[in-house]
Amino acid sequence: MSKTPEELLQIHYHPPKHDWMDPSIDFEARRGTWSYPGGVKSLEYLGLPNPREWSPTDEDWKLPPNWQEIVHRGFKDLLTKYRSLRIFMDCCVRCGACADKCHFFIGSGDPKNMPVLRAELLRSVYRKDFTTAGKILGRAAGGRALTIDVIKEWFYYFYQCTECRRCSVFCPYGIDTAEITMAARELLNLLGININWIVEPVANCQRTGNHLGIQPHTFKDNVEFLCEELEDITGIHVDPPINKKGAEILFIMPSADYFADPGIYTFMGYMLLFKYLGLDYTLSAYASEGGNFGLFLSRDTAKRLNYKMYAEAKRLGVKWILGGECGHMWRVVNQYMDTMNGPADFLEVPRSPVTGTVFENAASTKMVHICEFTADLIHHGKLKLDPSRNDWARVTYHDACNPARAMGLLEEPRYLLKHAVNHFYEMPENTIREQTFCCGAGAGLGNDENIDMRMRGGLPRANAVKYVHEQHRVNLLTCICAIDRAVLPTLMDFWVPGVRVSGIHELIGNALVIDGENERTTNLRGEPLHGEGEVSDDV
Amino acid sequence: MYDAGKIVPGLVLFLAVVTFPFWLNVANGTSSAAPKLELPKGYTRCVEATPVMRATHMELLNRWRDLAVRHANRVFTNSNGQRYVRSLTGTCLGCHRDKKQFCDRCHGYMGVTPYCWNCHVAPKGGAQ
Amino acid sequence: MRAVQALTVVLLLIAIAWGGAALIPAVFAVAVPYLALAVFLLGITLHILAWARVPVPFKIPSVCGQQRSLPWIRQQRLESPFTSWQVAGRMALEILLFRSLFRNTRSVLTPKQRLVYQPDKVLWLGALAFHWSLLVIVLRHLRFFLQPIPRSIQLLSALDGVFQLLVPTLLITDVLILGALLYLLGRRLFNPLVRYVSLPADFFPLLLILGIAITGILMRYVDKVDLTAVKELALSLTVFHPTVPHGLSPLFFIHLFLVSSLIAYIPFSKLMHVGGVFLSPTRNLPNNNRARRHINPWNHPVPVHTYAEWEEEFHDKLKAAGIPMEGDD
Repeated sequence: MSKTPEELLQIHYHPPKHDWMDPSIDFEARRGTWSYPGGVKSLEYLGLPNPREWSPTDEDWKLPPNWQEIVHRGFKDLLTKYRSLRIFMDCCVRCGACADKCHFFIGSGDPKNMPVLRAELLRSVYRKDFTTAGKILGRAAGGRALTIDVIKEWFYYFYQCTECRRCSVFCPYGIDTAEITMAARELLNLLGININWIVEPVANCQRTGNHLGIQPHTFKDNVEFLCEELEDITGIHVDPPINKKGAEILFIMPSADYFADPGIYTFMGYMLLFKYLGLDYTLSAYASEGGNFGLFLSRDTAKRLNYKMYAEAKRLGVKWILGGECGHMWRVVNQYMDTMNGPADFLEVPRSPVTGTVFENAASTKMVHICEFTADLIHHGKLKLDPSRNDWARVTYHDACNPARAMGLLEEPRYLLKHAVNHFYEMPENTIREQTFCCGAGAGLGNDENIDMRMRGGLPRANAVKYVHEQHRVNLLTCICAIDRAVLPTLMDFWVPGVRVSGIHELIGNALVIDGENERTTNLRGEPLHGEGEVSDDV
Repeated sequence: MYDAGKIVPGLVLFLAVVTFPFWLNVANGTSSAAPKLELPKGYTRCVEATPVMRATHMELLNRWRDLAVRHANRVFTNSNGQRYVRSLTGTCLGCHRDKKQFCDRCHGYMGVTPYCWNCHVAPKGGAQ
Repeated sequence: MRAVQALTVVLLLIAIAWGGAALIPAVFAVAVPYLALAVFLLGITLHILAWARVPVPFKIPSVCGQQRSLPWIRQQRLESPFTSWQVAGRMALEILLFRSLFRNTRSVLTPKQRLVYQPDKVLWLGALAFHWSLLVIVLRHLRFFLQPIPRSIQLLSALDGVFQLLVPTLLITDVLILGALLYLLGRRLFNPLVRYVSLPADFFPLLLILGIAITGILMRYVDKVDLTAVKELALSLTVFHPTVPHGLSPLFFIHLFLVSSLIAYIPFSKLMHVGGVFLSPTRNLPNNNRARRHINPWNHPVPVHTYAEWEEEFHDKLKAAGIPMEGDD
């Protein structure tokens, strides 16, 4: 941690004197706010342009000699493929409503983190290259020539956007900076400018099936290890099938759930639930990743990685797919998968084997979110839950950006929490549901070299957690996003020490009363049920 | 997805709405001539010069109403020093006997609805 | 500085109209409005068609409420529309009432280093006042273009002047639009962040419309225009027999020229947001992605890593781990 909370809180919201059109980023001075470039090996494996060793602090970024032409052609191509981009380039009136909606602007005060100005970085070049007024009048019409400094600035600021789409909720024309950031990243990609925290997981996932590069035998080891832990705690033996043909349901979760604390407890929750239900399901070592860092690189790489879900469902001959708790995974599954890799006509409309509920809302994509699945179970009284087993936790809920703003999955997780815990408190209303604040580390920015910017970007979220922490002694921040589970613990330790992070199905797993289990003395984390956080009275 | 089935009809509708005064007027053979006013015979000048009256009669009448009704000040002296009684029915309509042939022509043409006749009774035009 | 550039252009336009109309009134009364209208219609058409030619490859609504999922969970139909009618409802709220702008908040870092989000409806109110006033004013002007004047237009004008203050009657929309324009201009000039992002193209339309509004009001109250002459000109233009009547004042020519400039400017500027708001993919698409498949017309193939390739690469490890493989059975 290079800066203290007190230092980071010295935020000045007044713009500098100089014109924003003159770019200059001192990467050396701004260490801690940008990410390391994509590695040569990964780029070569993926067949992406211009693999080379370079650093943003270098004067020479080793771009192809005709880089301007490449960007121009690429821009033109995007403008003929995406109406969103075209309209968002043309329509902004710079009303400024989006300005203080971005967590990076709120946390940094850097005016180029206002969504309007972030988009202008691209829009100014669009005007200069693709509009009559911009071609003739240049700067007076808001046009800006594409220089190497502009490219450097793009790299800096388009990797300071988490594609969370909060700004698009407030924009009177629905201008979505995620679309603009995606376009800019695709253009940068053409020159081989990208970050390793994205490129490497994408290459891993392409090869092994998951971002972490876990090979199939290790996948199996991890799953078995976690199931043994689960058995130690609950006395319930779980033996999840892997690559089992003819299972009814293919279950896909983000890889962090079977790899790292605290996601692994969520994984235990899933496993216990499926055992309880006697579900006929299988995991896949080939489609062993729910998340999709390809989305953060280009829509083509998103499609490449996403391909495995349907391909594996088809190969295994399952009836439908159940998806775990993950944020951007559900952006891809909900808004892109069917279009990119569908139609999934080899699958059936999902039907809960327990309740008989047909998930009509997933009639075409044939993939159901586990929160929808479990909410349906609880609604039909199929689960015996003892929320007092979660009394060690005073809980709040963080809506992950994508399930909230790309899906509208707002009530289902809350419904689960209300049945699984006794102490649940909402954060202030401008920070939840469709107005939820990003963790500050989505879209591939959750790496350590970017830590200052992560902490800044996470400030609005942390600040809201701090409020319920102080008002209601909240000590557990729940979420349904693997990136959240990976990065929020650091964010909490920095801004709100004393608050831990969990998935929702971890708490379901704690509360689930299952036949033949040992008397629970600890939660799935192995901590005593009557521990430090427990409180007897409601405040 | 292009949505041409929604965009093109929408665009046509927009163009039709924006240009409808054109095709409506052409179709109706609307005359662009301004209305002709029937002027009182035997007079050449109103209480003030014609251009002044055209532009500001509403303000003059409003002032007359205030002075006559609220301050009982009924004598008006014009810019030439001539005196008139401040009275719509007496002075104005004394000459402009037919409201329909005079007032209403312009007011109707321009869509103006003065509230003079909320109180005043319009004389029957031309009935002498 | 950028505001000054924009102001200079507006003043230049005024000067051109002033000088030009004195020398060649027919050009400014007839040729300029015709040309401006042609540019407007053609420009908008081409611009919209240019947008329409670009596909919407993905269904990407910005969802602002609960999805339709399980029957016992209440869907927020206008914030997260599932059907076309619900989308129409969402669009109507957006276009007529500026729903999204209504959400506006202001983020404040308090001295105690707490972030709070205060409701901030002023921008919404200013924008709404401006746009609705502009619409009513445009509709009121139909009295110059139609003969006889439809009752509805007369009624609208009467409603606009319902307070019956001043003579000629003060029109509510005149006051509102002036106030709204000054507010919008004021925040561009005095809000440091908005000023920082504002381009000349942001000041120009505001100043231009302000010029139009001011000249219009001056013609009503100060340098009175001969309305019948204006209507004669307007009607003659609509029937394509242009006649330039006597009695059109320089102020009128300035007003007309600024209006002509504005409508000719629309297709080439951010004012195209009028059309864009209808076509914005984050607003005009239903949140029913998983129920109805969206087609991407250019959905090209990408290099994928197939199961067969994967199995081949990890064959020995799969075998050792006892994970079932193709051909096992």
